[in-house]
Amino acid sequence: MREALRDAMAEEMRRDENVFVMGEDVGVFQGAFKVTEGLLDEFGDKRVRDTPISENTIVGTGVGAAMGGLRPVVELMTVNFSLLALDQIVNHAAAIPYMFNGHVRVPMVIRMPGGGGHQLGPTHSHSFEALYLQVPGLLVACPSTPGDAKALLKAAIRDENPVVFIEHESLYGIKGEVSDDEDEILRFGEAVVRREGTDVTIVGILKMAHVAEKAAAELEEKHGISAEVIDPRTLRPLDLDTILESVRKTNRAVIVEEGWPHGGVGANLSTLITEQAFDWLDAPVQRVTGADVPMPYSRRMEQAAMPHEENLIEAVLAATEGAIDG
Amino acid sequence: MAGLPDRNIALDLLGRMCLIRRFEEEAGRQYQRAKAGGFLHLAIGEEATIVGTTSVMRSDDYLIGTYRTHGHALARGTPADEVMAELFGKETGTSGGRGGSMHIFDAERRFMGGYGIVGGNLPLAAGLGLASQYKGEDSVTVCMFGDGASNTGNFGETMNLAALWDLPVLFLVENNLYGMGTALERHSAVTDLSQKAAGYGIEGERIDGMDLLEVRERVGEHLESVRDSGKPSLVEAFTYRYRGHSAADPEVYRDKSEVEEWREKDPIESFIRRCLDGGVLDQDDVAAARREADETVEAAVEFADESPEPALESLYEELYVVSETMGWYSVDERSPEPHRGELGEDAPEVMKELAESGAAHASEERERQTREGVRE
Repeated sequence: MREALRDAMAEEMRRDENVFVMGEDVGVFQGAFKVTEGLLDEFGDKRVRDTPISENTIVGTGVGAAMGGLRPVVELMTVNFSLLALDQIVNHAAAIPYMFNGHVRVPMVIRMPGGGGHQLGPTHSHSFEALYLQVPGLLVACPSTPGDAKALLKAAIRDENPVVFIEHESLYGIKGEVSDDEDEILRFGEAVVRREGTDVTIVGILKMAHVAEKAAAELEEKHGISAEVIDPRTLRPLDLDTILESVRKTNRAVIVEEGWPHGGVGANLSTLITEQAFDWLDAPVQRVTGADVPMPYSRRMEQAAMPHEENLIEAVLAATEGAIDG
Repeated sequence: MAGLPDRNIALDLLGRMCLIRRFEEEAGRQYQRAKAGGFLHLAIGEEATIVGTTSVMRSDDYLIGTYRTHGHALARGTPADEVMAELFGKETGTSGGRGGSMHIFDAERRFMGGYGIVGGNLPLAAGLGLASQYKGEDSVTVCMFGDGASNTGNFGETMNLAALWDLPVLFLVENNLYGMGTALERHSAVTDLSQKAAGYGIEGERIDGMDLLEVRERVGEHLESVRDSGKPSLVEAFTYRYRGHSAADPEVYRDKSEVEEWREKDPIESFIRRCLDGGVLDQDDVAAARREADETVEAAVEFADESPEPALESLYEELYVVSETMGWYSVDERSPEPHRGELGEDAPEVMKELAESGAAHASEERERQTREGVRE
């Protein structure tokens, strides 16, 4: 996954000299998670810029550079640190094109890894997809496979709008098919059906897209339940049509995410499904989320605070109770 | 003391300062008549700092400011019509009525905006400076902000980054002695703000922001030094606003006598006195400059008054650029209609329909309520 992301940046940097990368330790250190490895060697320190630890100014400098005609790719070390830059992300990057009536655009990408699982504790492990998906003016990407990550990041860099690009720390090491075609991009707002099914629709993002696939396999094998698995891949714009189409077929929906339950991705999506496909639903929409606490450090507690396959399977069984001939 | 400019330049400088003064007075009046809404921050008293600075800038230099920037746009050449129309929230305003008084913008004249978040424009200035440096252009970004902003985290972060990366940015503090209602000595541990530059290893100088000629000379020198060296610099212009922080300010935090004292240093009157004494301008010139400002502002009010309100069906426009990489966006996720256009051209129709349905709830004929305490 990290190579796919790096290749996306390198290809776009070769393609357009106005594309550059900046962030904390993206250059000499080669990236806190090694995603920018090798970029400094190839492109030099004008285009791969190590910054001081100044999140709001790093993002704001990116916004200003974008207004001045460049295409910055800003890396923030974790999604938690992006909170220090919320002013520039929300009040500036997202608002500027609209508040100046389209007389200027902010074509920039703000990459940030998040998610739990590495015992990084209460200030380095969170999931803020819901926070960013709420903001008009932003695009929000949350890829779960190397192929999608590369194609989506390339689209994000070419796009004229500010993009919050959320990566999951636990997915950096995974392998998968990646296109060598330098022109292949994945358009924002296109969900993918990872597995077809007829009994229940499971929607999962980032690491939870993988948990959803594994759970679906076990549901089929052990419970005779045919689950359809959808990965939205971008949350803004959200390909609601693909999700609704599936729900109208399966009549049941379960949403899985790592973020907090209140006002989360699942809360939003379950409302949308209820509003727009109520007549097709045979059971309440179920949500599986991270626990409603700051992420604890202890390995056991951290695992308990994150959703797992068994939690998802349980939710699916609750949603399908009594309905499946198995 | 800086010498007097020649007649043509003096006329131009006087004209711009008179225009700002007159515009701001009229904006205040229009605000009381509820023609302009929201917050209104006037720069009466700060004309010399504004005009002195813009008059030594090149047309390809960037200027970026705060929420008190009607005057900055005017000084840069933005038509008064468009600035007033923005205050009125009209379609013909600099920002199409989407920004308002705090968010004037004119890309053509490289006025890169007024910003409502204190200190929010500083990182943007660094970015504009970076864009110039990256592209090998020798334009300088002038970043103007208030004394209050010098206490924000952005100030420290941005000064450090600009100094570290040798960004061509001139930071100019418009020190009007108050961060809203909190006096300088009550909000900043160091009250000589130019000293804050030392912490970042760059030049800092305090100048008299009420003296147009000094502003021109000192800012001009800093500007060219930034251009030549590529290193940022900090100028603190000591100035004063005669009006409150915003139009909704009872001014309980300062004495009337203090305001009167500063009135003695009125930047426009003192410039006129010097020009008259030096024989560069005569009384007719001064009268003509004031008359022209009156006429321009009167026409601007008429223009703004007669301009159309923004079309409601444009509510969702300009939020995103729809393109090959992002083919559609959901106007409102709650819409039961499929809302994807295959390409950009399809999207506006959907937006239009949704906005029109929203418009059914808004009365076109909104009664303009006159605010309390109106003086006509």
